[in-house]
Amino acid sequence: MAGLLGLCAGISALVTVGIVLILLSETVAFFSQVSLWEYLTETRWTPLFQEKHFGILPLLTGSVLVTVGAGIVALPAGLLTAIFLSEYAGPGLRAALKPVLEVLAGIPTVAYGYFALTFVTPLLRSFLPGTGIFNAASAALVVGVMILPMVSSLSEDALRAVPQRLREGAYALGANRMEVTTRVVVPAGLSGVLASFVLALSRAFGETMVVSIAAGNSPRLTLNPLDTIQTLTAYIVQVTQGGITSGSLAYRTLFAVGTTLFVFTLGMNLLGQWIRTRFRGGAS
Amino acid sequence: MDRAFRLLVGGAAFLVLFAPVVLLADVLVDGMGYISGHFFTNYASRFPERAGIRAPLLGTLWTLGLTGILSIPVSVGAAVYLEEYAPRTRVSRMIQANIANLAGIPSIVYGILGLALFVQALDLGRSVLAGALTLSILIMPVIILEAQEALRSVPPGLREGAYALGASRWQVVRHQVLPLALPGILSGSVRALSRAAGEAAPLLMIGVLSFIAFTPESPGDPFTVLPIQVFTWVSRPREEFQGLAAAAIIVLLGLIFAMNVLAIVIRNRLRPRA
Repeated sequence: MAGLLGLCAGISALVTVGIVLILLSETVAFFSQVSLWEYLTETRWTPLFQEKHFGILPLLTGSVLVTVGAGIVALPAGLLTAIFLSEYAGPGLRAALKPVLEVLAGIPTVAYGYFALTFVTPLLRSFLPGTGIFNAASAALVVGVMILPMVSSLSEDALRAVPQRLREGAYALGANRMEVTTRVVVPAGLSGVLASFVLALSRAFGETMVVSIAAGNSPRLTLNPLDTIQTLTAYIVQVTQGGITSGSLAYRTLFAVGTTLFVFTLGMNLLGQWIRTRFRGGAS
Repeated sequence: MDRAFRLLVGGAAFLVLFAPVVLLADVLVDGMGYISGHFFTNYASRFPERAGIRAPLLGTLWTLGLTGILSIPVSVGAAVYLEEYAPRTRVSRMIQANIANLAGIPSIVYGILGLALFVQALDLGRSVLAGALTLSILIMPVIILEAQEALRSVPPGLREGAYALGASRWQVVRHQVLPLALPGILSGSVRALSRAAGEAAPLLMIGVLSFIAFTPESPGDPFTVLPIQVFTWVSRPREEFQGLAAAAIIVLLGLIFAMNVLAIVIRNRLRPRA
């Protein structure tokens, strides 16, 4: 029995090995046709056109633009919500709101994409007439809303884990609730809060449907959030929509871009875990 | 100052909950008018007034059923191994860290794996089976983590008591641990499946199309699912198709909501009175 159960656990390891092997083998094949130097420095990404350029920068800036925008929306609001849930809400209200956050985290990403395209974009365009029908800002705002429950929920866990006696000590010294929260609880729970930030940003970076629907499909090296852009993930979707033959260079771009995406998100996840374990218990 | 801060954090919490309400209202206003009897029984069509979600709705149910069959037993086995059997060695710690990392990989990367492994290497094509396998590897880490938590909540005293009576490790797991952990495991599995129900990206990767005018009858048949139908409709410029997309989102949200309620009911109803 132990052997069979161990096999089940081993399958999860095999999945990782499988992902890495498949990504790497096709990526190596890609870089035998396109130089790594061009991939990293070229400023145009046109692998599906007659005149092909393979510069990842436009896709990368697209993903970064959406991730930063989502972070601007979600990180402050998420932390404040976590503070409300952990320090201000009564136990009844908290018990009612926590499952709501869980359910919100389960809304499918296509629904957020629909919301971005049909609600947020027209709203933006009424304020800022130069905005494209597809634009980074709308996608970033909505991805921010999407990762909010995750930031709130994980940060709240971190704040709640701060020992009660730290709060009591601060109150005993005459601090009010805001002072206790901002000078004691948040600093003590900071590693967990930062870890939740990094994990949520990693989620935003890998988000696919919202950006495919609302941010557009024109890879462009720009930092203007009102422009139409393309992210790493949206490019992958665009390629598969076209019907490509396996083994072709276009097919291999999929794996090169996928590897880039994998490296960035894995790096952020590992960073998040490192922050959490590195600084764990620093205050207690 | 303290009061202002209280208002600030309360306001933020309100906004977090309010934004999805706006989303829901937007979808309901746009889509309700398109929901009718034939919306559920018709296939996709070029003519919006005739289009329905019969193929994607049944495709979603097919895919979820098969994904559950494929992913739940293996995930529970893995969780039981890690919690009850594995010696606390470097290898088991590595597997554990690996599972946590897998849960953080973007779903579209799983789609790339599905495309290369299931569609091409195993030659399963754009079948329900290929889709279910792809979604299975996507949600396995989630189910494993949920099942581990359920197993961890079983009091150690029960295990020790059974061991003291001479039970083998498997007997302890089979008769003491699993029955108590079952509600938590099932509830976690249903929640993980509800996540799979909303996934579009990995299935787009394996080439699932949206224009399917039949329903799957075996795991080898082509299929489509609700999120992909939504994606296709929302990408069309005509306003009627946007309305159809909203209507399909309402059905999808209803399904996911029902699954979440089911998960809560399982957790509360089946919880053994200790």
